[in-house]
Amino acid sequence: MKRLLLFVLLLVAFPPRARADEPLAVWHAYRGDEKTALEQVLAEFERREGVKVEALQVPHDAYAAKLTAAVPRGHGPHLFIDSHERIGDLVERGVVSPVPSELTPPGLFSESALAALASPAGLRGLPLALKCLALYVNEALVPVVPATLEGLGRLKLSPGVVPLAYEIRNMYFHAAVLHAFGGAQLGPDQSFGFRGEPGVRSLELVQRLIRDRVVPEEASGAVVGELFKTGKAATVISGPWFASDVGQSVKYRVVPLPTIEAAGAPMRPFLTVEAAALTPKGSGSPVTHRLLAFLAGEPGAEIRARVGRQVVALNRPPPGSDAFLAAFAAQAAVAVPMPSSPRMRTTWEPAERALKKTLSGAVTPEAALTEAARRFDDVVRPPPARRSPNGALFLLGALSLGGALWLFTRLRQGELGPALRRSLPAYGWVAHAVIGVGALVILPIAVGAGTSLFAGPQGHMHYVGLANFGEILTARGGPLLSSGSFYLVLLITLLWTIANLTLHLGIGFALGLLLSRPSLAMKPVYRVLLIIPWAVPSYVTALAWKGMFSRQFGAVSALVEACGVEPFSWWARFSTAFAANLSTNVWLGFPFMMVVTLGALTSVPKEVLEAAEVDGATRWQRLWRVTVPMVLPTMLPAVLLGAIWTFNQFNVVFLVSGGEPDGTTDILVSEAYRWAFTRQAQYGYAAAYAVLIFLLLFVSSRLMSLASREKAAA
Amino acid sequence: MNERRVSTAESVLSHLAIVAGVVFSLYPVLWVISTALSAGSAPERRVLPIPRNLTLDHVTHFLSGPHVVSQAVSSLVVSVATALVGIAIALPAAYALSRFTFVGKEAGVRLLLATQMFPMVASAVPLYIVLETLGLLDTRTGLVVCYATTSVPFAIFQLRGAFDTIPKDLEEAAMVDGATRLGAFVRVVLPAARPAIAVTGLFAFMSAYNEFILAATILGKEEALTLPVVLQRFVGEHDAAWGAFAAGSILVSLPVMLLFYVVQKNLVAGLTAGGVKG
Repeated sequence: MKRLLLFVLLLVAFPPRARADEPLAVWHAYRGDEKTALEQVLAEFERREGVKVEALQVPHDAYAAKLTAAVPRGHGPHLFIDSHERIGDLVERGVVSPVPSELTPPGLFSESALAALASPAGLRGLPLALKCLALYVNEALVPVVPATLEGLGRLKLSPGVVPLAYEIRNMYFHAAVLHAFGGAQLGPDQSFGFRGEPGVRSLELVQRLIRDRVVPEEASGAVVGELFKTGKAATVISGPWFASDVGQSVKYRVVPLPTIEAAGAPMRPFLTVEAAALTPKGSGSPVTHRLLAFLAGEPGAEIRARVGRQVVALNRPPPGSDAFLAAFAAQAAVAVPMPSSPRMRTTWEPAERALKKTLSGAVTPEAALTEAARRFDDVVRPPPARRSPNGALFLLGALSLGGALWLFTRLRQGELGPALRRSLPAYGWVAHAVIGVGALVILPIAVGAGTSLFAGPQGHMHYVGLANFGEILTARGGPLLSSGSFYLVLLITLLWTIANLTLHLGIGFALGLLLSRPSLAMKPVYRVLLIIPWAVPSYVTALAWKGMFSRQFGAVSALVEACGVEPFSWWARFSTAFAANLSTNVWLGFPFMMVVTLGALTSVPKEVLEAAEVDGATRWQRLWRVTVPMVLPTMLPAVLLGAIWTFNQFNVVFLVSGGEPDGTTDILVSEAYRWAFTRQAQYGYAAAYAVLIFLLLFVSSRLMSLASREKAAA
Repeated sequence: MNERRVSTAESVLSHLAIVAGVVFSLYPVLWVISTALSAGSAPERRVLPIPRNLTLDHVTHFLSGPHVVSQAVSSLVVSVATALVGIAIALPAAYALSRFTFVGKEAGVRLLLATQMFPMVASAVPLYIVLETLGLLDTRTGLVVCYATTSVPFAIFQLRGAFDTIPKDLEEAAMVDGATRLGAFVRVVLPAARPAIAVTGLFAFMSAYNEFILAATILGKEEALTLPVVLQRFVGEHDAAWGAFAAGSILVSLPVMLLFYVVQKNLVAGLTAGGVKG
């Protein structure tokens, strides 16, 4: 059994078909100049061939998900553009068809680019552009560029100017250092490569860079750009995309990355080859082949280099006049092509965690790397053994038979029949809700829950029974409270839910109480202003708050500074990272509780309060003895719903702290997401997490409502 | 009614507390606005959110997108349709839950609450396949159908709570006068529940208007994309155009804020919690 039964059923009933005469569809995630260049190439092709080409820019965050959802079912583009290592991953999911050999005339494309795209079945795509890191130098500050990294640190600069700025906590950047020490992120035998002496020495070097203030400690892409543009960074390590950000603000040139004296070798960044790949749909269409050849070959390359400033992957040097492109081409020649096996993608999370953990000073490089290797092995462990689904099918059969029998006896006894007949008119009222919610909410959930019984890569899943649950609940053989184990994450999730709910209720209730005072002036104005957080889309909120906590430019850091405390990194410690998530989510959620409180307060009769006042109850007593007990039961359902939403609040955790430091602020949903998308796409495993989350919430909400019913009855 | 003496100190204190809340709720918004109006790609570290080198570049950058008008229309059409369809499905079902007893009622309510507990992570791919089966991929209709049905459970809770507070005598009187159940529902119950319907509609509208993952997965035509997808495209793999993102965020949030302003009087009355009985 290769696929879920239901999928097969649906597919057999409605096979996907491609429409004839549809325009050629091209998907990409380009922005700015590169996007303009691509559009020009496509327009030129349309003019020459007289066919219609439709480009679609997909948000980078949704790109892989959209491709894997659409293409294997016969939808989506004829052609898409992505980096070679992601294309390698997509091959396994049936998104990519090999490029026919007649489209690669010998000598046209750069050899290293072709090598990165090679596979036993043929080329996975045609190379478009080479992307790697290089050194941007502010010419006014650094007239003569030192040849070594250590030399950069010895530059004589005015105070307030850092010698070098780059995203030092980002593994993609650190890989250049690791390669200089002779290391590799993915070992030759597909094992975790960030280990041993090269790994440790690379980490010790970046620790020194921060300690000696050669490189600022916490620098996101935006901060690096701002430092360079304002002349506060003499040099910057970044890719070709950085040029459009810098624009004309400073005079700069680009040179290959420096040598590291301690390693005795130059820094070697990863090389990614951006390529255009055929989908199965495009693979059968000759005009798509022509478009591919046009886009990757000479005519397309000319436009892409001139307009999009791309280092095109042709087997010829860029025009001599263009120093910028020449520098990147020179760097690309010594860069390390990023391995394209799926295991490579799995190295990022543990490797980057080890890097961040070391830089925060929490552990020694050795300990961090050992931990990272253990994490990697944990993710790439073999999927649970295939099991025969007969037992489960038998159980399912027996259950439905039993259910039918039960129904039948109930009907025979004559209770259910009349009851059903009496219910008929009501069924007419709920029918369309049952159908709609059933088909589009409950069915997907049921199928998703069913996935939890399977394991293996998407499209080749096999039935494993309850093995996924077994692995999760035994923490995959590790200590039950080890980092990332289900139980530890559950504890964090509970802490998260309780802390949020307390603050939501506390702030919401207090403000609701204040706003309900009859004597309060400007009530409508206040109410509108206090509700604003609710009206802002939550991903905007999350990104705005993440920015506000930034050490370099965040408003919260400015407040901290105004209080006389040196700004610190909010993501380096669990307590501060958790607090940052918490304040974001409190901001997001208190208006709901405020409005719920206002609504519930209207249900408190004035007479009762007045009677209490007559009896001599103080204001405080009236609040705690009369108002609160009367309001709470009405608010309970909303509180319950709020608790469920908070428990599954993915956006805030994922976008604000992103689990930092070291995954400690992850909650169960974000953990499930990581298993589904970053850790070898283990959908079955992620689905098992989802089912466990569901069971936890369902059981506890049942207990809560039973308890409140008992209380009401008592 | 006794005379209430409200001391000045107390009223000042409550104003202070509320103003503190207002500062908390406005500060991030002002910060986004100041980023949107400042030159450069990243803001500076400062306490007061005042734009630096005031510029409208980011705003014009966002507005100069080739299809921004049709995308805005697309967003509005999808969200309004979601609200209408969601309410239309939820209204009779909520009414039945409030007024009738029938076999499977309790189980149904429990199931509705249960749908809120299952994380989207695992149900997104199956949902895609259902839409494909229905032939609704790459269409705004498909998106509306998804959003509307996902908004139905919460809408049913809301509306059922509202119907529970409307006395049965009203419709019974109408039915004695010869109205059918449906006639009584339309002419008596619905008008009485108007605030709740408005608020529930607002929620459905908002959930559709702000969603981007499903929209990015399902829609495939540039002109038909909804605004959150367009906004998300300013965030790339290596870099992001924060200024344009901030400017877009403000512009995209405006209609919802406006709707909140219009509906806010109903908000309290409409959100009579009390629907969710597990």
